[in-house]
Amino acid sequence: MILRRPLLWAILLLAALFAWLPLRANNVALREDLILVAVAIILTSNLNLMIGYTGYVNFGHIVFYGLGGYVGLYLATVRGWHLVLAALVAGVAVSLLAFLFGIGILRLRGAYFALATIGVLVAVQAFVSNFEPWGRSTGMYVSFDAYAPLGGPRHALWTTYFLIITVMALSLILSLAIKSSKFGLGLFAIREDEDAAIVLGVNATVHKAIIYSVSAFLPAVAGALMFFKNGMIDPSIAFEYMLSLEGIVMLMLGGSGTVAGSALGAGLYERLRSYLLTSPRLSEFHLVIAGALLLLVMRLAPGGLIGWLYRLVPRSREVVE
Amino acid sequence: MTDLLEVRGVSKRFGGLLAVADVSFTLHEGEILGLIGPNGAGKTTLFNVVNGVYKSDGGTITFQGKDITGRSPDQVVHLGLARTHQIVRPLSGMTVIENVIVGACFGREYQSMREARATALEVLERVGLASRADTSARSLTLAAKKRLEVARALAARPKLLLLDEVLAGLNPTEIDLMITLVRSIRDSGISVFMIEHVMQAIMNLSDRIVVLNLGRKIAEAPPAEVVQNADVVEAYLGFPDIVDKLRGAQPQ
Repeated sequence: MILRRPLLWAILLLAALFAWLPLRANNVALREDLILVAVAIILTSNLNLMIGYTGYVNFGHIVFYGLGGYVGLYLATVRGWHLVLAALVAGVAVSLLAFLFGIGILRLRGAYFALATIGVLVAVQAFVSNFEPWGRSTGMYVSFDAYAPLGGPRHALWTTYFLIITVMALSLILSLAIKSSKFGLGLFAIREDEDAAIVLGVNATVHKAIIYSVSAFLPAVAGALMFFKNGMIDPSIAFEYMLSLEGIVMLMLGGSGTVAGSALGAGLYERLRSYLLTSPRLSEFHLVIAGALLLLVMRLAPGGLIGWLYRLVPRSREVVE
Repeated sequence: MTDLLEVRGVSKRFGGLLAVADVSFTLHEGEILGLIGPNGAGKTTLFNVVNGVYKSDGGTITFQGKDITGRSPDQVVHLGLARTHQIVRPLSGMTVIENVIVGACFGREYQSMREARATALEVLERVGLASRADTSARSLTLAAKKRLEVARALAARPKLLLLDEVLAGLNPTEIDLMITLVRSIRDSGISVFMIEHVMQAIMNLSDRIVVLNLGRKIAEAPPAEVVQNADVVEAYLGFPDIVDKLRGAQPQ
């Protein structure tokens, strides 16, 4: 029973804190900080479904976030749909697309799969940069009218914030639910030894295509919400390669394959990154730190912070999943 | 006796090498069928073709009256045909019991996680690994890993079990335990098809033996007849009259 698992309550508590802290003092600066942390957690926990659970490194995970942003913004502004409906439809559309991509590229394994995911990212970005309805390379803007159904811009920012916090909680709960399911067991078997898993009866093709598609859904929803909140989207910010790579660093830092690790790594790294980005001397220096951090983690604690915790306190494994 | 597995004219080619050449045989329900042959004879390749790891280049494979030629390994397991690997392949990052639960969950009965745990405990008890259930599969000895291979396959609740050299690399005590286990598996109603190099064991265990050499079947007979077969002796020892020569060389 998922209700009996301590981590579920920790996730709900985290979401409640995220919602309450900025609201309590009407602290907009804190809200903007936390929304970035929430997006980082959404991207990392869904990336964890591929890398941590299934053992397939996706270098182009950000493509789901960007595409979701485009579809969502298009539906919400050009078509005039309600934001929530636009975001959900964006999620479904991107998931379906991912399923089709998945059937193709998931025949590849190891480094070849990783390369193909970069190919998907580059190809989608090239397509969108030339796609007339989405404004080619200049992208799309959200007109002020679009915020009217949500009670005007000021109110709309808070609404999108709460929606993103919800998506964050759902991402972590999804990871937790998959982890203890039979489907999740099949994924872990594939991660350990795909051929052995197939001989044991795991339909690897179906498992991989489904998880690739599932890992696209919530990032796409988050992309729709986030770019709507930001008021604009263009191909270079929607498909930012660096964010894709930093997602991998966050995951390794926290602990690949663990729910708590994906949240912890994302939170810590995102705060560090924001600090470095805004400090005038160290701007752009954060990528050097990201690289060094990744090396250190791989060398000293391949299981990340949570893996390190498991080694220190073996029994923590049962609680901190 | 009904036919459980029927292999007809199966071949497998790797580039210019014909690894399995037009092999036919039948496995009856309830029997232990041995598969022997010198190194490189195509034994493991034949296993891989039967359980669908490789696509055959011609021929048909029928299991329980159903044509399974060209089906993938996961589909074949669901029909009740499970196997072990010659070179053990534990899911190293998982515990022993988790390995077996995978076998039960995705086996013939598609058990739920709850049922699978019960099955896994029962099977681990049976192969003598119950005390190691919660240890990491990585930390097992080779003998224990071989037992884990058998346990995972048994958890699938198969009708037919393919065992690929489960005795190789074991010490005499471990071999005796494994032989007892294989017998008990057959007694519980699961037919066994096994590759083995430990001759004494396979001669004792098997009801019948299929002999492969250079991809071709050169004999299919009960153990006592196989050891008398001139082709088999030649395949193993080089030339047919060596048996007589060796006998002649022995002090009277």
